[in-house]
Amino acid sequence: MTKSNLTRRGVLRSGAIAGAALGVPTYLRAQESGFTNAPGDSSVTLGFNVPQTGPYADEGADELRAYELAVEHLNGGGDGGMLPTFSSQELDGSGILGRKVEYVTGDTQTKSDAARASARSMIEKDGAIMITGGSSSGVAVAVQALCQEAGVIFMSGLTHSNDTTGKDKRANGFRHFFNSYMSGAALAPVLQNAYGTDRKAYHLTADYNWGYTTEEAIRSSTEAMGWETVAAVKTPLTQTDFSSYIAPVLQSGADVLVLNHYGGNMVNSLTNAVQFGLREATANGKQFEIVVPLYSRLMARGAGENVKGIFGSTNWHWSLQDEGSQAFVKSFGTKYGFPPSQAAHTCYVQTLLYADAVQRAGSFAPCAVAEALEGFEFDGLGNGPTLYRAEDHQCFKDVLVVRGKENPTSEFDLLEIVEVTPADQVTYAPDHPQFAGGALGDCNNGA
Amino acid sequence: MLGLGKKDTTLLLIVAALVVFAPFILNPFPGGSGMAQFNAGYPDLMQRFVIFGIFAIGFNILFGLTGYLSFGHAAFLGVGSYSAVWMFKLLSMNVLPAILLAVVFSGLFALLIGYISLRRSGIYFSILTLAFAQMCYALAYSVLTPITGGETGLQLAQDDPRILDAARDSGNLPVPGLFGLEMRSTADLVLGDWVFTFSAGYYFCAVVMLISFYMAIRIFRSPFGMMLRAIKSNQHRLNYTGLNARPYTLAAFVISGMYAGLAGGLMASMDPLAGAERMFWTASGEVVLMTILGGVGTLIGPVLGAGLIKYMENILSKINGDILHSWFAFLPDGLEDFIVTIVYPFIGKGWHLTLGLMFMAVVIFLPGGLVEAGQRIARAVRGRRSDDRKSATTEPAE
Repeated sequence: MTKSNLTRRGVLRSGAIAGAALGVPTYLRAQESGFTNAPGDSSVTLGFNVPQTGPYADEGADELRAYELAVEHLNGGGDGGMLPTFSSQELDGSGILGRKVEYVTGDTQTKSDAARASARSMIEKDGAIMITGGSSSGVAVAVQALCQEAGVIFMSGLTHSNDTTGKDKRANGFRHFFNSYMSGAALAPVLQNAYGTDRKAYHLTADYNWGYTTEEAIRSSTEAMGWETVAAVKTPLTQTDFSSYIAPVLQSGADVLVLNHYGGNMVNSLTNAVQFGLREATANGKQFEIVVPLYSRLMARGAGENVKGIFGSTNWHWSLQDEGSQAFVKSFGTKYGFPPSQAAHTCYVQTLLYADAVQRAGSFAPCAVAEALEGFEFDGLGNGPTLYRAEDHQCFKDVLVVRGKENPTSEFDLLEIVEVTPADQVTYAPDHPQFAGGALGDCNNGA
Repeated sequence: MLGLGKKDTTLLLIVAALVVFAPFILNPFPGGSGMAQFNAGYPDLMQRFVIFGIFAIGFNILFGLTGYLSFGHAAFLGVGSYSAVWMFKLLSMNVLPAILLAVVFSGLFALLIGYISLRRSGIYFSILTLAFAQMCYALAYSVLTPITGGETGLQLAQDDPRILDAARDSGNLPVPGLFGLEMRSTADLVLGDWVFTFSAGYYFCAVVMLISFYMAIRIFRSPFGMMLRAIKSNQHRLNYTGLNARPYTLAAFVISGMYAGLAGGLMASMDPLAGAERMFWTASGEVVLMTILGGVGTLIGPVLGAGLIKYMENILSKINGDILHSWFAFLPDGLEDFIVTIVYPFIGKGWHLTLGLMFMAVVIFLPGGLVEAGQRIARAVRGRRSDDRKSATTEPAE
């Protein structure tokens, strides 16, 4: 214990210092532009927030490659990629609105908290005007909400859950990737043709948000065509051995197994299912079948031989023959030596769409950019004619139904396109029950 | 001052000064220069420094004083965050009720878990707490999705009731605040090339952190703190003297759980989202690392450890290959690539590797953590000075 010795003079002196310190903020800078992180005259900074560690690190690495390629093309480097094939010809390789495009990167670790921390540091420290990336719906939803609060645009990367543009949609967030509902709507007719209308399905579902919406979407569209759902079992996301979940499937009376799994989960569960002989089994007098709603090339490579003949859906595939896809595959392949994944494609396209919207709006202000993106119709970016719907900021375009190839010619040539489901068939009303319960709110320019 | 000894008062004042002037101290490099990469003076990271400081201070009350190593402390952080966000959703966007509920709820939770786990000590206690925390994580991630939002995390929504707040007409989500002062509001001070950002949220956290720090000092110096140290040094002997140690350990556990809840509540107040990852075992492990890195059982150590780890996580992890190339661009091409290849695994996504190496170095060479490093330097300086004066007085070790 010490005795304090306050003197009148001491108190006055410290009071004067404190007063001076408090007076300092009167010299503070005002935001004259009217929106967060207005760029200077020479350069503009974009924030690429991708998983560099954790279960989706492969996708993240591919997304980052695509972003670097997009920046190169926007700044006039390389062969221009999809810029010449894009229906909107506003971008000319001189950056965005004459400003050179620079970027910062961050690691989401596929965790909402880490992703938000990384995005906040991009916004607060590096002055990023737009955040993009992510390879998981949880992260996309979390970062989208953050960008809404901070007043910057969020262009989501790979996120497939209905919620991103459903109950968690935000005015500052935009999604180019397709969603669970579209997977269900595109897969159902193909499954009906291949396997008939009298089937009994058994679902294994990853126990988190994306798994739920995918299961719901596949169930409702298969049940609509006459299938019956025998059981739907949730599996923990961290599960690596699915034997105990696969074992009861044959005894359940089901003759189709639907694996609502993604990434490593899907690789493991499919491998287990094949090891248990499900592919050769017969049930109810029919050949037993397996369906994987969301496919990616990286997953197909992980599962190897086991994907042969298995149906699934995908947003984009490098073997597409349209001009835009070809141009993208060519410039990606020239730079990195292998074809891009669907994650890389959607990230590349999102960056171009953002740059184009700024160019058309003539301003970086998020509200102006959002207005330019809303209801925007474009073509030449690999998915055919596409609409950015104003009501929920979701892109509507053709969906690919793919099947594991029987005789792959290379380690990248693992999927074959069975059907290109036209956009009309996968379009839904903005207030569809699977998407109900959210509101875009007003766009936010920040301060 | 305030019932503290002279040494503790000095310590508290030093910490207060560091915290108040953090926006200047953490922004030493002018913006636009190559070194600006290493600036840490932006609101989000500064908030993290003090919030995880609180978390580590609380953890240290349990681990540093009683020696009970809880490996599930992140569960309380998570419970605090969820309670705070629920308060924002249901009651009001004012942070005070949210933080209050976060502390109360995590305290109750700690009472429950502590009551069961403290029946064992040593490694069994650690495993029990770890098991509880993982259970909480699994529940929050899937089973309790209606309450916790599952994988997506618990977020605010437009149509939340918020019964105390006035009806809103704007289409945007409300922001947490303290009687109208928004937590995210900032003011910038421009001095030449430097931009210093003062954030309302940061200073709010800083005040809470100073209060927590002061309370931790009082606990360390109290008879109760002495009793906790007795438990650490020899619990058997304490039992033979007829004292029941359980109420003391339980009290310490609940207090440190409340500190964790406070940190969780503050986290939610700065950024109104609560995710299940906050409760994952790696998050529990992180606070153990912070405490050991800084110095177990010291007052300032855990705060330093928390700062160091959060700095590395947020700054080191953002350095990518391109930045490295620009640093070493002055070297000849072959050499540049070579050096970048050597350095690259340790930065960017490899920051965990650097952290691991540092942790090993600290545990092997500085068992007392950063605080011991500081003491050794101080002793070396003082030793040289006393050599000059040719006096042979020695300071007793802390």
